[in-house]
Amino acid sequence: MIPRVIPCLLLRDRGLVKTVQFGSDVYIGDPVNAVRIFNDKEVDELIFLDIDATREGRGPDLEVLHEIAGESFMPVAYGGGISSFEDAQRVIRAGVEKVVINSTSYRALDVIREVSAVYGAQAVVGAIDAKKTLLGGHKLYSCSGTREEKVKLADHLAALVEAGVGEIFVNSIDRDGKMSGYDIDLIRKVSSATPTPVIACGGAGSVADLVEAVEKGGASAVAAGSIFVFRGKHKAVLINYPKDAFANV
Amino acid sequence: MIAIIDYDIGNLGAIANMLARLGANAAITNDADKVGSATGLILPGNGSFDACMRGLRATGLLASIEKRVFDAKVPILGICVGAQMIGNGSEEGEEKGLGWIDMTAHKFPASSGLRVPHMGWGNVRVTQSADPIGSALDPDSRFYFVHSYFLKPAARRNVILEANYGLDFAAGVVEGNIYGVQFHPEKSHRYGKSLLRAFKDLCE
Repeated sequence: MIPRVIPCLLLRDRGLVKTVQFGSDVYIGDPVNAVRIFNDKEVDELIFLDIDATREGRGPDLEVLHEIAGESFMPVAYGGGISSFEDAQRVIRAGVEKVVINSTSYRALDVIREVSAVYGAQAVVGAIDAKKTLLGGHKLYSCSGTREEKVKLADHLAALVEAGVGEIFVNSIDRDGKMSGYDIDLIRKVSSATPTPVIACGGAGSVADLVEAVEKGGASAVAAGSIFVFRGKHKAVLINYPKDAFANV
Repeated sequence: MIAIIDYDIGNLGAIANMLARLGANAAITNDADKVGSATGLILPGNGSFDACMRGLRATGLLASIEKRVFDAKVPILGICVGAQMIGNGSEEGEEKGLGWIDMTAHKFPASSGLRVPHMGWGNVRVTQSADPIGSALDPDSRFYFVHSYFLKPAARRNVILEANYGLDFAAGVVEGNIYGVQFHPEKSHRYGKSLLRAFKDLCE
């Protein structure tokens, strides 16, 4: 099967932004406009992440989600501020296929269990944000990279799979926005430890990087931000999508 | 009116959205009168087979649906688990299916080494080009799949579309006015639009 190529779009104040290493951000544009452009380009799937919801202690912005879902003729995943089954249910009822759960998975794994039991495993994406340590290991973070988690990567992955996620989304905090390639070592660790599809994210700067995440990292799908919203070395904002990125593989 | 049968299983808005874009008169409903007068029916399905079968039975709509499908012969399209529900049952659960087409949903074998669920875009092969839905699809059509169980009708004549994920399986099935597709046409761009347009035309 051809790996999915997925723009991962970050929501902030009802607009889209792109961050570097989960920090400084650039405004990209209006989310619904972006969806319309990605429709025309026939993208495989879209992931929207509200990067402020959990930190601000609020739930998902359902109004924005409703608008996004109404324009999307491809599968849409949403993450950010989902801390209960009811949050997930509201997101799904707004018209989104998949809920992405990160911070909540460290404190209330039962939320994943319940969503998976009611809506099916395919509706739940377990997300992890990781940073490489000096010794070559990986540390996990929640709350948009602001809170370090003690649990080991392998143990947390096993817990997510056991709770019933249908997919794992793995993002590298160090690589975010750098456009210098994925953390292949991290992706490899995740894909070799899980039976579900794995979506790689963080660091893609070219189509070759996308291919590498699949061929060397073992990812089943590749997500990225910068390469789909910037053009050229000065990073002019331009929404784009490579046609047939995996055509020659 | 095309009735999208609502038994509270996730995202039905996407189906209604795409039908609206196609200019179809469609409504998400659990009202027996609306089902009873519909010119077409869509049976969605997400999540576990048993949960879907129980959810559908709990609506009390089944008699009205079967009357519409078998007496008035209006077209019905099952989507994803909705397509599996049209068969006899699934290895996933113990509930009986509707039994309208002789088939069962089987689990993708672990021996295939492929990750399950099968999630992503796949090409389909039209195996019955005379079928009004089969004939509406471009040869390069691709659709969004997400499933852990696959359909295998007993008779070849019930297969209109075939796809492959480690093994060949039925991506589309038919028996008279009864259709089922394993993928999500409502999430498959213009390829899905073509399919739903062909179904809408059958309903008019």
